[in-house]
Amino acid sequence: MNLSSTSSLRARAKISDLLVHVLLWGYAAVVLLPLLLVVNNALRPTRDIFRHPLALATSPSFASFVKAWEKANFNTYFFNSLFITVSAVVLATAVSALASYVLGRYKFPFSNALLAFFLAGLMLPFRLAIVPLFLLLDHLGLIDSRIGLILVYAATGIPFSVFILSAFFRQLPGELSEAARIDGANEWTIFGRIMLPLVRPALATVVVFQFVPLWNDFFFPLVLLRSTSKWTLPVGMTRFFGEFQADWSTLFAGLIITTLPLIVIFLLATKQIIAGLTAGIGK
Amino acid sequence: MTVSATSTSPRRNKRPRRRAKGVGQHAPSWPVIALFVLPAFLLYTVFMVWPLAQSFYFSLFEFKGLARGAFAGLRNFHELFTRYPLNKELPRAFLHNVYFFIGTMLVQNTLGLLFAKLLYTSRFGKRFLQTVYILPYLISALVVGYLWSLILNPLFGPINQFLRMVGLRAWALPWLGDPATALPAIILVNAWQWVGFPMLLFSAGLTNIPDDLREAARIDGATGWQLFRRIEMPLLLPVIGIVTVLTFIGNFNAFGLIWAMGGPNGEPGGATDVLGLVFYRTAFRGGVDAFGVASALAVLMFVFIFGVSMIMLRYFRHMEEELT
Repeated sequence: MNLSSTSSLRARAKISDLLVHVLLWGYAAVVLLPLLLVVNNALRPTRDIFRHPLALATSPSFASFVKAWEKANFNTYFFNSLFITVSAVVLATAVSALASYVLGRYKFPFSNALLAFFLAGLMLPFRLAIVPLFLLLDHLGLIDSRIGLILVYAATGIPFSVFILSAFFRQLPGELSEAARIDGANEWTIFGRIMLPLVRPALATVVVFQFVPLWNDFFFPLVLLRSTSKWTLPVGMTRFFGEFQADWSTLFAGLIITTLPLIVIFLLATKQIIAGLTAGIGK
Repeated sequence: MTVSATSTSPRRNKRPRRRAKGVGQHAPSWPVIALFVLPAFLLYTVFMVWPLAQSFYFSLFEFKGLARGAFAGLRNFHELFTRYPLNKELPRAFLHNVYFFIGTMLVQNTLGLLFAKLLYTSRFGKRFLQTVYILPYLISALVVGYLWSLILNPLFGPINQFLRMVGLRAWALPWLGDPATALPAIILVNAWQWVGFPMLLFSAGLTNIPDDLREAARIDGATGWQLFRRIEMPLLLPVIGIVTVLTFIGNFNAFGLIWAMGGPNGEPGGATDVLGLVFYRTAFRGGVDAFGVASALAVLMFVFIFGVSMIMLRYFRHMEEELT
C-alpha cells in the first residue's frame, strides 16, 4: 500500500468516526431535549409556554409544583404510591429470599419442579387474570383497599426475584455453611447471618427492579381502587390531565413529581438497573 | 411499563445451571423447607397462578355482574366475534397490535442494534451515552404518553411551533388527531422510551463474542460490514430471539401509553385501539355479562401471546442449531 492511499483511508476513517459521534450524540439530544423541556416549562407560567413555546424560563418559579402538590392531590397520590410500592417490594423480596435460599442450595423431592413453577411466572401475561382476581379480592373484601393492591403487586414480583436470588444463592461456596453447621448453627441462623448478607448485591438488583414497574403501574390501581383518597400517582394522573387540561405548567410539574423518585433511584443504582435488564445475557 | 412480567420474560434460558460444591448435602427436614418456601408459594399461587387458571374456567360460564351463573359452553367466545361493536373492534385492535409489533421491530430494535454496535467500537462517552439511552425506560408509560401528547399538540406543542418557525408550515400536522399519523407517532414514542433496552441486550451480546474471532476475520481481510454480517450477527441470534419475543409480549400488552395518547377508546376514531384497551373495556365498561365475555377474550389473548412466544423461541433455537 502506498502512502497516499493510507492517508486517504485514514481520512475516511476519521470522517466515519465523526459521523458515528454525530449520530450517537444527536440521539442523546433526542432523548434529553423532551425531558429538559418538561423541567423548563414546569418552571414558568402557562401564559409564557403558550406565547413562546421554545423560550427558556428566565425567572424560574416553583408555583406550579406547589399547585400540583396541594390543589391537584399529588401529596395524597404520592404517599399512596410510596406506601404501596415499598410494602409490596419488601414483602416480595422477603418471601422470595426465603424460598430462593432452599431452592438454590438444596436438592429435595420436587425442588426443581418448584423452581420451574416460580420461574414460569416470568412468561405469564398476568393482567389477563384480572377478572378472577377482581372476584377473589371482592370475596376477601379487598377491593378499593391498599392492602389488596400490595398483595397483588408482591405476587407479581416473586418470579423475577426468585429467578435472580436462587441463582445467587446457588453460587455461594458450601464451606461457610458447613462450618457454621458444625459449630451448631441452625438453618435460620445460617440463612440470616451468613447467606443473606452474601447476596446483598442481588437483593439490591431485585429491589430496584421491582420498584420501577410497580411505581409506574397504571392498570391494577385503575381497576382495583375506587376512592381518590387511595389512588396512586398513575391513576391520579388521568384525572389530573382532564382537570388541568389548560394549565400546562402544572401538568409539567405533575409529570416531574411522578418521576422524581425514579430519577433518584436511577442516579443511585444505575448499575443494578443495567444488571437487572440484562439478567441472563452475561457480563 | 406495567407490572412487567412482560419485560422480564425468558431470560432464564441462558443462566448456567451449575451447582457449587457442597450444595445438596444436609437438606433440612420437611417442616423447615416448608417454612422457607410456603410464604412465597402461597402468595404467588393465590394471587397470580390461581386467578390465571380460573380465567379458563370462567370463560365457559355465564355472568350476571359479579355472580357466576350457568355453564355457557363456548357462547362467550361466540359473543366476541358476533356482538356489535366488539366484532368490529377486536379484529381492528389485533391488526393495530400487529402494526405496533412490526413497527417496533423495524424502528426500535434496529436502532438498538445500531447503537450497540456503534457504542461497542467507540470509546468516548460510552458509559454516559448508554445511561442516557436507558433513562426513558424508567418513566411510566403513562407519563411518557402524556408528555409526548403535549409535545405533539397541534397548536402549542413545541414540535409544530418549531416546524412553523423554520418555514415548514405544511409539516405541522395534527399528529395525534389524524388517524393516518396517530399510530405511527405512538410507535415512535414507544421506541423513544424503550430503545435502550435492546441496546443493552445487544451490547451484552457483543461483549460475549470473543475478540479472537474478530481478529481472525480481520486478518483474513474482512471489511467492517462483513465482520458484522458474517461473524457478529449470527452469534447475536440468541439475543435477537430474546429481544423479538420480549418486544412481542410487550407490544401485545400495550396499555398505559395508548391510554395517555389516545384515551380509553384509542382515539381518533379507534385508530390507536389495541387489544389491551378492548380487554379493559370489555371487562369493566361492558354489559351485565361482561366478566364471562372478558374471560373468553383473556383466554384467547393468553393462548395467542404465550403460543406465539413459544413458537418464536423454538424457531430461533432451531436457527441457532443450523448455524453451529
